[in-house]
Amino acid sequence: MSQAAGVNFKKSTIDALIAGFLALILFGPIVGVLLDGYQFNFETDRVAWMVAIVAIGRFAISSFFQTEKGIAMSFRYANSNDGATVLAPGHKSKMVWIIPLVIVIGLLIPFIASKYVLTVVILGLIYVLLGLGLNIVVGLAGLLDLGFVGFYAIGAYGLALGYENLGLGFWSMLPIAAILAAVAGAILGFPVLRMHGDYLAIVTLGFGEIIRLVLTNWASFTHGPNGISAPLPTLFGLEFKRRSRDGETFHEFFNLPYDSAYKYMFIYLVLFAVVWAVLFIKHRLVKMPIGRAWEALREDEIACRSLGLNHVLVKLSAFMLGASTGGLAGVFFATYQGFINPSSFTFFESALILAIVVLGGMGSTLGVVIAAFFLTVLPEMLREFAEYRVLMFGILMVVMMIWKPRGIVRVTRTGFAPKQGAVK
Amino acid sequence: MTTLMEFKDVDVYYGPIQALKKVSLSVNEGEIATLIGANGAGKSTLLMSIFGQPRISSGEIIYRGEDISQKSAHYVASHGLAQSPEGRRIFPGMSVEENLLMGTIPIGMDHAEEDMQRMFELFPRLLERRNQRASTMSGGEQQMLAIARALMSRPKLLLLDEPSLGLAPIIVKQIFQILKDVASTGMTIFLVEQNANHALKLADRGYVMVNGEIRMAGTGQELLVNPEVRDAYLGGH
Repeated sequence: MSQAAGVNFKKSTIDALIAGFLALILFGPIVGVLLDGYQFNFETDRVAWMVAIVAIGRFAISSFFQTEKGIAMSFRYANSNDGATVLAPGHKSKMVWIIPLVIVIGLLIPFIASKYVLTVVILGLIYVLLGLGLNIVVGLAGLLDLGFVGFYAIGAYGLALGYENLGLGFWSMLPIAAILAAVAGAILGFPVLRMHGDYLAIVTLGFGEIIRLVLTNWASFTHGPNGISAPLPTLFGLEFKRRSRDGETFHEFFNLPYDSAYKYMFIYLVLFAVVWAVLFIKHRLVKMPIGRAWEALREDEIACRSLGLNHVLVKLSAFMLGASTGGLAGVFFATYQGFINPSSFTFFESALILAIVVLGGMGSTLGVVIAAFFLTVLPEMLREFAEYRVLMFGILMVVMMIWKPRGIVRVTRTGFAPKQGAVK
Repeated sequence: MTTLMEFKDVDVYYGPIQALKKVSLSVNEGEIATLIGANGAGKSTLLMSIFGQPRISSGEIIYRGEDISQKSAHYVASHGLAQSPEGRRIFPGMSVEENLLMGTIPIGMDHAEEDMQRMFELFPRLLERRNQRASTMSGGEQQMLAIARALMSRPKLLLLDEPSLGLAPIIVKQIFQILKDVASTGMTIFLVEQNANHALKLADRGYVMVNGEIRMAGTGQELLVNPEVRDAYLGGH
């Protein structure tokens, strides 16, 4: 730390030159040569600008990491110790104050926000559900699942097909879709009980693709790529359409002018309640023996077996609970979109959900909630950058992983307080 | 003295390779029995086969009059057998107390509080570190935790796989002293070890395993002075 006093500008300059040279090689052909009809245009100033930005940026970073603050910062990253921190037994979470506040704000949103904001928030909440579901499988039980979108699709198609073939509405399909997805989770879970890591990832990836391909190709049942419409939720039988064939609609019953925002408000409120229910259930599960068993399985499977842990039960319960949460999210997605087709359930979705879990912090509920909003709201905010959106998105992910490699929220554990006087 | 657990002509295969060849041994109630042998002799295989990992291909494992060789691991664990596996295998990211709670899985949480206090009396070091992550402890403390975790399921028979693995000699001494204390409470212990000297001094009876076969059996003292054992495992003369 002694050389921290002065910044070695020679070293920074060399770093900057190397970075600038690499940028020249990289951007030269990509940005500098523009195809215009049958000829090339050379855009040298654009390349020069980019190289200059990279070189100056590198110079700044290099200099910064030589200052005392920079050294301390890099030291912190090098020593980011793994695992969870244990809190003192009597630790009171600050969340006690925040939760009621969030609930109040959440309940006010549909009445103050515009329709556009509301739809974005609904999408965010759907991804919160997906993230919470996958968090059980990946974050807690440590089973890398790349086909999670399959359960999402089962939930969404469950609603649409249940309505078309059996006449079941949103409210009956909500639990049924969750059960269907859980059954699918068990079907996927059984053959992969003996698999770990990469192998499991490949099998689950295949599962997700199978679901999507079946939905695409079984046209007589699912309408294939043409998609299928999904019903809207009803409020005690009142529909949210402009006109209803049977019975009254919501706005007629309450003597309100028709507004398409009502249905989003209603979906939002139901979804908001479901998300809180799932959060509560998950919060309890983690503290129960089953939650601890999931984490133990993630940490050391051999130890679990030597303890006589029933790993079939533990793995299947993780798969099924995760899947049913994904199924719930699918139902909300279908009713929110009003129309679904297989292209909504590609591998990219699975990767996005996995990104939510990793970015949020494996096993951390709060982190997943934050990350889900971050990853769904951010692309909306980046709309102005048009074609650079995905690039910006990627850069932000990389920066996040460097800045917080363990995710936004590190998992903490509350210690147990021994009974007073039992042991000195 | 009644027999608590008995291996009868047990064969175990890993694919085409035979790891255990007609192994027969017994553990009596209330004693410390030990199995010593070199690397790859099949000691850990024997211990894991009690939990069905791997399954034995012929023979019987009799525990309290019942053949448990085809039972599931959780059946075995919930009927009074507990194991401290090779290499400790504690849960590194969990706190010491959570590790101990994991040990109650076979029998449920009914006695968890009371048993945990008992463990803290037996292992005062664990009390000091109860809210610490298990991975931040020393090897000896981790071994203590592994033993305590096994004891949390109130076993009739404690199976230990190389508790001295990778520990400093002074810590090994401590661990064996603890095993002696545990045994004095009436616990039956079956100890699998490479550290023949310590194991045979502690044990009432011992078996020597070579290439998947039981080569010798006798009391701990007999084996300790046996010239063949001395040559092979106790560093010569």
